[in-house]
Amino acid sequence: MNFSYDIAGGDFVNAGQASSALKKILKSLNLDSSLIRRTVVSLYEAEVNVVAHAWSGNIQVNIQPDQICIVVSDKGPGINDINLAMQKGYSTASPEVREMGFGAGMGLPNIKDNSDVMELRSTPGEGTELKIVNKILS
Amino acid sequence: MKLKELIEQLNLTVFEPGNNLDRTLSGGYASDLLSDVMGYAKHDMVWVTLQNHVNIIAVASLKDIAAIILVHGQEPARDVLDRAKEEGITLLGTESDTFRISADVYMSLNQHGTGSR
Ligand SMILES: Nc1ncnc2c1ncn2[C@@H]1O[C@H](COP(=O)(O)OP(=O)(O)OP(=O)(O)O)[C@@H](O)[C@H]1O
Ligand SMILES: [Mg+2]
Repeated sequence: MNFSYDIAGGDFVNAGQASSALKKILKSLNLDSSLIRRTVVSLYEAEVNVVAHAWSGNIQVNIQPDQICIVVSDKGPGINDINLAMQKGYSTASPEVREMGFGAGMGLPNIKDNSDVMELRSTPGEGTELKIVNKILS
Repeated sequence: MKLKELIEQLNLTVFEPGNNLDRTLSGGYASDLLSDVMGYAKHDMVWVTLQNHVNIIAVASLKDIAAIILVHGQEPARDVLDRAKEEGITLLGTESDTFRISADVYMSLNQHGTGSR
């Protein structure tokens, strides 16, 4: 099963729509609720990162019997130092974004904690690609 | 302890009842940083915050949070209320500040033998 979703940079009002849609799909497949939460938490953090830090992005979700694979790619400034970005507390979020309660520098660490496989690749000046895989245990 | 018992005991304002006032609470969490809640709050907790924008509904819904308590006597913004209705999220309010209401929630849950986490 495949599903695709576009994200607009700066659109905080709609941030989380793809995650909500995915949650409904995963629930309808009767998957374990902790797996569902881990997966949608990861996708939410990825969605918000595109909204907060990039210009536009796209989400591709592929659901197989044994795994859920999500690829979030964006056009944006990219990430210069991925190791630094992965550190808890590191954030370049703007003051406006922080005022809304984003910018704790915990989104990427949350994705790491809530996924079985996380791959983050970026070309500074062009964009970022994040791949998340969660295994479905039967 | 059930959500509706907490609402009664602490005299919380119900802006939106959501779809399950009978659910049993697992604890509480207080934070205004959304990723902190995403990372550390657990399902079926009540979440105390002063953030009053639509993203709190998304966070609560994705984490299966039992209810959001808005502090300082804030009314939810119109779009927050609409989104809470749509998602079936319980949206509550109190005149108290975060420290006091968190202490009250903690005491209530402890009396009922539900820990803070
Ligand atoms: N898609 C992206 N494009 C460009 N930069 C990004 C992207 N995702 C993350 N970053 C960079 O990595 C940093 C850390 O990201 P992370 O999600 O951990 O924290 P945050 O988004 O700043 O705050 P939080 O997620 O806690 O609200 C960001 O501040 C930003 O500099
Ligand atoms: Mg983030």
